[in-house]
Amino acid sequence: MTTTQSSISSTSPTPTVPSGSGRVANIVLDSFTEAGRHVRIIPRNIEVLIFATIQPVMFVLLFSFVFGGSIQVPGYPDYDQYLMPGIFAQTVVFGSVFTSVGLAEDLSKGLIDRLRSLPIVQSSVLIGRTLSDLVRNIITFIAMLAVAFVLGFRFEGSLTSAAAATALLLLFSYGLSWVQALIGLSVGSVEAANSAGFLWMFPMTFVSSAFIDTRNLQYAWLRTVADVNPFTQVTNAARALYNGTDPGDAVMWSLVWSIGLVVVFAAIATRKFKTSSE
Amino acid sequence: MVVPAVVTEGLKKSYGETKALDGLDLEVAQGSVFGLLGPNGAGKTTAVKVMTTLLKPTAGRAVIDGIDVREDPRAVRTRIGLTGQYAAVEERLTGRENLELIGRYFHYSKADQKARAAQLLEMFDLVDAGDRVAKTYSGGMRRRLDIAMSLVARPSVLFLDEPTTGLDPRSRLGMWDFIARLGDEGTTVLLTTQYLEEADRLAEKIAVIDIGRKIAEGTADELKDQIGGDNVRVSIMRYENIERAKEAIRTLCVGAVVQDPESPMTLTAPIRAGGGVVPMIIRALDDAGVDVMDVEVRRPTLDDVFLVLTGHGTQMPAEEESRT
Repeated sequence: MTTTQSSISSTSPTPTVPSGSGRVANIVLDSFTEAGRHVRIIPRNIEVLIFATIQPVMFVLLFSFVFGGSIQVPGYPDYDQYLMPGIFAQTVVFGSVFTSVGLAEDLSKGLIDRLRSLPIVQSSVLIGRTLSDLVRNIITFIAMLAVAFVLGFRFEGSLTSAAAATALLLLFSYGLSWVQALIGLSVGSVEAANSAGFLWMFPMTFVSSAFIDTRNLQYAWLRTVADVNPFTQVTNAARALYNGTDPGDAVMWSLVWSIGLVVVFAAIATRKFKTSSE
Repeated sequence: MVVPAVVTEGLKKSYGETKALDGLDLEVAQGSVFGLLGPNGAGKTTAVKVMTTLLKPTAGRAVIDGIDVREDPRAVRTRIGLTGQYAAVEERLTGRENLELIGRYFHYSKADQKARAAQLLEMFDLVDAGDRVAKTYSGGMRRRLDIAMSLVARPSVLFLDEPTTGLDPRSRLGMWDFIARLGDEGTTVLLTTQYLEEADRLAEKIAVIDIGRKIAEGTADELKDQIGGDNVRVSIMRYENIERAKEAIRTLCVGAVVQDPESPMTLTAPIRAGGGVVPMIIRALDDAGVDVMDVEVRRPTLDDVFLVLTGHGTQMPAEEESRT
């Protein structure tokens, strides 16, 4: 090896204490550093991003072309205007699986151990991860919106309500990211995180108002399940806002659910993360 | 008085009935290279994890630079560097970005992040690869980047958990050079290894651990003395020369020269470890006119150490294998 014989520790080894004013400043700084690590590799993992975008586009095309003729929804002469918000909602929710998979991957590679040996605020590892997955979701969302526009989807309401609809969807997926964080920390492998993260996504998004009017469901109990499903509330709120109709109390319920998920699951996941040293 | 870099007292870590650490006592002097030697499942990684605040001990104390890991884990984290068993690098970032990232976690300024990264890339012979994503690195390069990442904040104690496991022999030698140089620089290094040779090469002091407990401690030479050091086996061509051969090598060996009962043309004898004795033996036999067929040196292995110290080899009984 022809390394210059420069000093490895440069000066005598002196500990470097992170500067920073207070705990809140540290949480913010460390979380952004951690989120930055993940966001930076999104464009380098282009195939993942492409497939994450192709899948919702495929769903848009399948539902629109295959079921478009046979699914009638009262109040929506154009099924696409009904369907698209449902697909949007499903896609951002599926995007939360990146949290469990990414966390499990970092755990298995020893990256989490490295982070835990650094003098950073421990919870910033989870905050950074969920924030970066939100960024990824926004990118997927923009791509999907473009395809929807090409197919004829339009914002029938104001731009503000369309923005509010989008924010509601992303907030809900952020709440689910924290559920996924707990899953990622609890399962032992990347494969398990993928399965456990995805499995409940299907009943949650299909037993809902995403693709059909829940009143058309053939069993009363199934109708009840679909109606109380938070995913239905979020989809209904976003759909009404995109189409310029009255969302009723769906917006409120969406906010309650989303904020509730963030608060409850952030607490549980952070606790789980911290007690992994016991 | 200077506080030791690392002290553990009666360190215990149990998972239910399983005792991963069973009262481990260690003391590592400032600026030294300390080797924790033991087979798989001896508790090496658990010990490192407790000392680096990743695991809480069930009982006992671990103190780094005078700070108890349980009382102030954050202060401990500012003083340590950890290179775990798996090269914990972000594969999709370049070597340089990985190093800058650690600087960012330590709240360095952008300029300091860059300067320190550049410095470490040079020290670890990664300048040419610095702007390639770590995914493209060889095993040895990854390991080097991993260690460099642990050194970004100039830790006073560096923990290396099996730094050469899984590396090919050539990369292992290169890695030894880097670790030896760290020791020369005055960084305290605590490394774990399964290889006696590695501990011998790098560590000034070695603690041998087994089933979560220290079973021997000393310099490599002291340990080898305990287990008898190297052995030489000399096979000669003609039986009538056997006495002459014995006579010729007697003074070069540190113990009795014995004729192998199962192979009468072979002599075995203990020799001083690593001191170029073998060429002298060959020369002496040649001068005495003895035709040599084969000379073989048998170095004590970790198995020998364990056999002598514990009465069992490194193969653990099945129920103990799950411990790490």
